[in-house]
Amino acid sequence: MNEHGHIELSTFWLPRQSSTIAHQVDFAWNVVTLVSIFFFVLVVGAMLIFVWRYRRRTEHDITSTVEHNFRLEVAWTILPLAICIGLFVVGFRGYVNASVPPGDALEIKVVATQWAWDFIYPNGTKSRNEFRMPAGRPVKVIMSAADTPKSDTEVRPAVIHSFFIPEFRVKQDVVPGLYTTLWFTAPEPLDTILLCTEYCGDNHSKMSASVKVMENAAFNEWMENGGDDAKGMPPAEHGLKLYSKYGCNACHTIDGSPRQAPSFKGLFGRKEAFNDGSEIAAVDENYIRESILNPTAKVVKGYQGIMPMFKGVVTDKEVDDLIAFIKTLK
Amino acid sequence: MSADAHAASPAVDDEGRPLSPQYHVAHHFDNADHQFQANKLGIWLFLAQEIMFFSGLFCAFILFRAKYYDAFVEAHHHLDKVMGGINTIVLICSSLTMALGVRAAQTNKRKLGVAMLVMTFLFAATFLVIKYFEYHHKFHDGLLPGRHFTAEGFVHPEANIFFGIYFVMTGVHGVHVIVGMALILWITVKMYRGRFSSRYYAPVEGVGLYWHLVDLIWIYLFPLLYLIG
Amino acid sequence: MSQTVAAEGHPKDDEVEGGKTLNYWNAKKGILSWLLTVDHKRIGIMYLFSVLTAFLAGGIFALLLRLKLLTGHDNLVTAPQYNKLFTLHGAMMVFLFIIPAIPGSIANFMLPIMLGAKDVAFPKLNLMSLYVYWTGALMALVAIVFGQIDTGWTFYTPYSASGSGPVILMTLAVFILGFSSILTGLNFIVTIHKMRAPGMTWYRLPLFLWATYATSLVQVLATPVLAITLLLLALESGFSVGIFDPKLGGDPVLFQHFFWFYSHPAVYIMILPGMGIMSELIAVHARRKLFGYKAVAFSSIGIALIGFLVWGHHMFISGQSEIATTVFSFLTFLVAIPSGIKVFNWVATLWGGSIAFTTPMLYALSFLFLFTIGGLTGVYLGMLNVDIHLTDTYFVVAHFHYVMMGGTVMAFVGGLHHWWPKMTGRMYNERLGAIGCALVFIGFNMTFFTQFILGSRGMPRRYYNYLDQFQPLHAFSTYGSWVIGLGFFLTLGYLLHSLKYGAKAPRNPWGGKSLEWLTESPPITENFHDTPVVTSGPYDFMGDEHGITPALQHHPKDDPSHTPAYDPGHHDPAAKTEEKS
Repeated sequence: MNEHGHIELSTFWLPRQSSTIAHQVDFAWNVVTLVSIFFFVLVVGAMLIFVWRYRRRTEHDITSTVEHNFRLEVAWTILPLAICIGLFVVGFRGYVNASVPPGDALEIKVVATQWAWDFIYPNGTKSRNEFRMPAGRPVKVIMSAADTPKSDTEVRPAVIHSFFIPEFRVKQDVVPGLYTTLWFTAPEPLDTILLCTEYCGDNHSKMSASVKVMENAAFNEWMENGGDDAKGMPPAEHGLKLYSKYGCNACHTIDGSPRQAPSFKGLFGRKEAFNDGSEIAAVDENYIRESILNPTAKVVKGYQGIMPMFKGVVTDKEVDDLIAFIKTLK
Repeated sequence: MSADAHAASPAVDDEGRPLSPQYHVAHHFDNADHQFQANKLGIWLFLAQEIMFFSGLFCAFILFRAKYYDAFVEAHHHLDKVMGGINTIVLICSSLTMALGVRAAQTNKRKLGVAMLVMTFLFAATFLVIKYFEYHHKFHDGLLPGRHFTAEGFVHPEANIFFGIYFVMTGVHGVHVIVGMALILWITVKMYRGRFSSRYYAPVEGVGLYWHLVDLIWIYLFPLLYLIG
Repeated sequence: MSQTVAAEGHPKDDEVEGGKTLNYWNAKKGILSWLLTVDHKRIGIMYLFSVLTAFLAGGIFALLLRLKLLTGHDNLVTAPQYNKLFTLHGAMMVFLFIIPAIPGSIANFMLPIMLGAKDVAFPKLNLMSLYVYWTGALMALVAIVFGQIDTGWTFYTPYSASGSGPVILMTLAVFILGFSSILTGLNFIVTIHKMRAPGMTWYRLPLFLWATYATSLVQVLATPVLAITLLLLALESGFSVGIFDPKLGGDPVLFQHFFWFYSHPAVYIMILPGMGIMSELIAVHARRKLFGYKAVAFSSIGIALIGFLVWGHHMFISGQSEIATTVFSFLTFLVAIPSGIKVFNWVATLWGGSIAFTTPMLYALSFLFLFTIGGLTGVYLGMLNVDIHLTDTYFVVAHFHYVMMGGTVMAFVGGLHHWWPKMTGRMYNERLGAIGCALVFIGFNMTFFTQFILGSRGMPRRYYNYLDQFQPLHAFSTYGSWVIGLGFFLTLGYLLHSLKYGAKAPRNPWGGKSLEWLTESPPITENFHDTPVVTSGPYDFMGDEHGITPALQHHPKDDPSHTPAYDPGHHDPAAKTEEKS
């Protein structure tokens, strides 16, 4: 699960403060923590003191019949109420601040399927499982959940997901039939991770994306180039990147160990039998290409046909590079 | 209701038949009145939870109507107001006969009680028959919920949501009518056998209260689904 | 306490049959006498057996989950299997254990006795509640074994409505279980209103009964909303009615509103009885009048009512409007206040008491510690911008386990020990009791405090795989689960052992003042030989305003060496007494 990154921590409890609202969230956290420690020490402290001081000495102990203390009871009603209202206000102000996006935010569309994140940038560039954004500028994501294509005719109906970047302190459900939005500004270039945080089925815990905050100029260049940063990279090496970028690693291992899908190790040239009774004598480029673009056409015997369809998602070059990569896994 | 239970009660009913045997007070109650009070409170609590049950459906209706106002207005014209209206009258009459049946039990009028309960049962059956015809028309015209909606000639596509709610609300109500009929049958048989009298009529009253609620729910359902436009 | 003869005096004065005293256990023999009983005590025992079985099963699922989570890689089970495991852990614990546990077992047993009644208002309905519970539980079992649902116990649409048969079966099982809850609540409300012994005014009710009353209100009014929600889900699943399906014009978030409208009040069904037990444990084992009786009583009602208004705090990021989110956050803070008031009153009750370190008291103190943490972390989650970071992470998992397990389960087990002598006629081993409590307390904090850290660092819920950086904390949490398991198995062991080998219990081992301590241990079927007449409150340890203590002296038939030699008549002139109890 480390392929898309990790969460950098700033304190024992909290991640790095990578967005402009993180400070306010952490401030609120600190306030409520102080209040909590105060009340915890008060309650548990009093409890421990009383339990010691008033432990039973004899079976004839006289116990107090005091059952009221008006001032005390008013105090412990009014004071917590006031504190609670104060905490509400702290939270509310932070919420308002985080909810209202600045007018000049860069809009990026997010589409969640089972189990991948697709990002569509203003000029039409797309990326999968890799979220890139410029530093120092507000970014607004407009999100929806979509059906997952299984083949030309079949889909898996859309379900709810949730977009969570811990270092940014942002989270928003991604709902089918609805657009939800979120905005954030990351002042500095850095790498972090985005996690799905609304249970969405089998591979919910593998549905992550890398977050790359880039210098504004570099981001623009990347976006202009159609999101291709594989220029000059050898095909097999690019294929390895794509293997993780497109989330193939969620179901296909490269070390031979089984998961919900056949391992890629030794795949090329292997004999495979399929669920419909047919066979292939040796796995070749055509078979791999078909499996990527139309996965339910031939499902290996003993496996479920759950692979999403990548037609329209990967380019021809990407298919070639993936094939090159798979060929290297003997 | 009345305190007839402890007035000096006659030993025979209006036809001279002996009254039901001394009403058995369960061992954990102090006396008959105590048991009666407890039963009544129990029934009212049960009705309260029935109201909460239906309230979810009414909420769904209100929310979707607000969201798809035009679709709902268009769709509701396809409901048969006449049949719905007749059903409303049928249920109101059934509530009347039910109330008269309860009264008959309280005042030792066994024959009248049985007659009233049988009429209530028949009214309820009539309601269901009319409902059957209504549903049949809808099925025939493809006016069905959700995915099964196949009717033509609708401007707004969300009519399928309207019919989804229509069928669930009237369907759940219909189930309650059927349960009510079973209960009415049960107390009719008991009344026929002379088990109820001014000394013991709690089950009749309980079923009566349940039936009135079923009627009341329809009285809200009918204008909301069929009439408002 | 003077006594009058009941309406139908059955002087079954300690009937002896072949030398053995008759009580509710041996009054009638044979399995049918249990299955067709209308005795609330027998029904309570059968419920107890059932919910403990559910707790065992749910607990084993939990241990399996935690075992898998020792590492974040694939191990032990596959991802789809893991998803089914956490669904079942949640569904079983919520619907088969924690909601029915205290009302079905302890309240069923104690409520009539504490009121001075012979039984609940509707004994046959009580039996029916049990049968409905068994039916629902059986259906749930079938859904589990054959259906293998993996939606999470919350059944969110659209995922749960994608036409799977097992979802329909499971939702119908829960629908049926809901009726058990409703009927129990209805029974209790009528019983408390109508079956109180002479002299038992509302302000002389033990606080456990106020809590039970508040719980019953929620059970009767909230559970039907769950019923309609599940019905709609089943129809959506089976017939694509379209209400929750965005493709057909429906709204998936509407399901969440419907679901949480019940499920938030449901958490108060879970905690209120536990809070009621807390009042009993603290007052009796500190042998001190409860501080702030009316405040505690009314706070139960307050929690029940305000609890209906805060469901949206489960949905801050669901896509609901900002205004709704803000309103729900504000109301959530309000519901924290009555809970806080209770905690303060319990601590104040310890002041000036005579605190014995019995197992029930140890569980009560554990509750105070753990519930305080649970409640305070709820405040974190109520704060709008903090919640956005914490929701759907392990922080929430830790929070609800602190309140449900650290709260309700601790109170339940404490109550079980407190009333064990009364229910079974046997004393358990106090030493083992303390060890069991310590193990559970330590194991619990190991398991769940760690999860606050996991959550605040960004670990999402319901994850089969997780980032390597979280592995050490997850491992520690798993070790904690083993300690909890050990503690509970030990507890189960010595409790079962006491049934046969425990010392015979006296009527009033703890010196309690409520009516159940008047009866034999275990009680006779009729509970009381004669209906008691109540002349004082349930916690009048030092006497009423006239300095007279209720005559809960030890019964001549009890072994005096076991009953605390309670010394009536001593009245501390320095202490202020109130006019009214």
